[in-house]
Amino acid sequence: MFRSLLRSTTSGSRSVLAGHAALHPSSTLTSQLIAVRLLSTETRAAIQKAVDSSPMVVFMKGTPDQPQCGFSRAVVQIMELHGVIPEKVKTYNVLEDPELRNGIKEFSEWPTIPQVYVNGEFVGGCDIVLGLHQSGELEELLEKHEIIPKIPADAAPNPSS
Amino acid sequence: MPVSVEDLEKTLRSAIKVEYLEIVDESSGCGESYRILVVSDAFEGKGTLARHRFVNEILKDYISQMHAFSQKSLTVKQYQASLT
Repeated sequence: MFRSLLRSTTSGSRSVLAGHAALHPSSTLTSQLIAVRLLSTETRAAIQKAVDSSPMVVFMKGTPDQPQCGFSRAVVQIMELHGVIPEKVKTYNVLEDPELRNGIKEFSEWPTIPQVYVNGEFVGGCDIVLGLHQSGELEELLEKHEIIPKIPADAAPNPSS
Repeated sequence: MPVSVEDLEKTLRSAIKVEYLEIVDESSGCGESYRILVVSDAFEGKGTLARHRFVNEILKDYISQMHAFSQKSLTVKQYQASLT
């Protein structure tokens, strides 16, 4: 479990995607039971490790190159817009790991995916990230944690000297 | 049972005093995807994350049945400012 959970997303998984509709929580009793099951200590520890694995961590559907959901795509696009430094970001494809997909919701006490963490702290989902982007707070946050390059205050051409 | 607009509205209104509410079914009627705008002074003094958590908690039984859920939660003051 650890290996699959901690494997950062490098490739899209079509077989997992095919099961997408069938995993709808209301469709089967089993998946509902999974959703309400308490998070095991191991899963919690593994997710915590994932959250701490990088200054910015995104749990999403699909990969940055191939997002499998419009909300995940929106978050990736906002990140690209800000020019996040790739080495500072790690993404996890929840579609590749059902345990992570259910576990992360309970871990963050957040019902939807994507989920964004910065510096080990839960920032929010797509709505919140979009809101922070629009208000300018996202840039501040990313800059503060050196996830985007700092633009020095005196970056403007200086005529003196 | 698909989630209906009425379910969401009733649950929200019974939990907080709602000044303005917009619920948009974005799933063409299958009840799997909703976008809502809630305006309430119950959000006063709460940050965005706290507001979203607050609404998520009120609607959690429905959100767990949906594929997608998107919200905007504003105070009356913020909503009025957004209109001008």
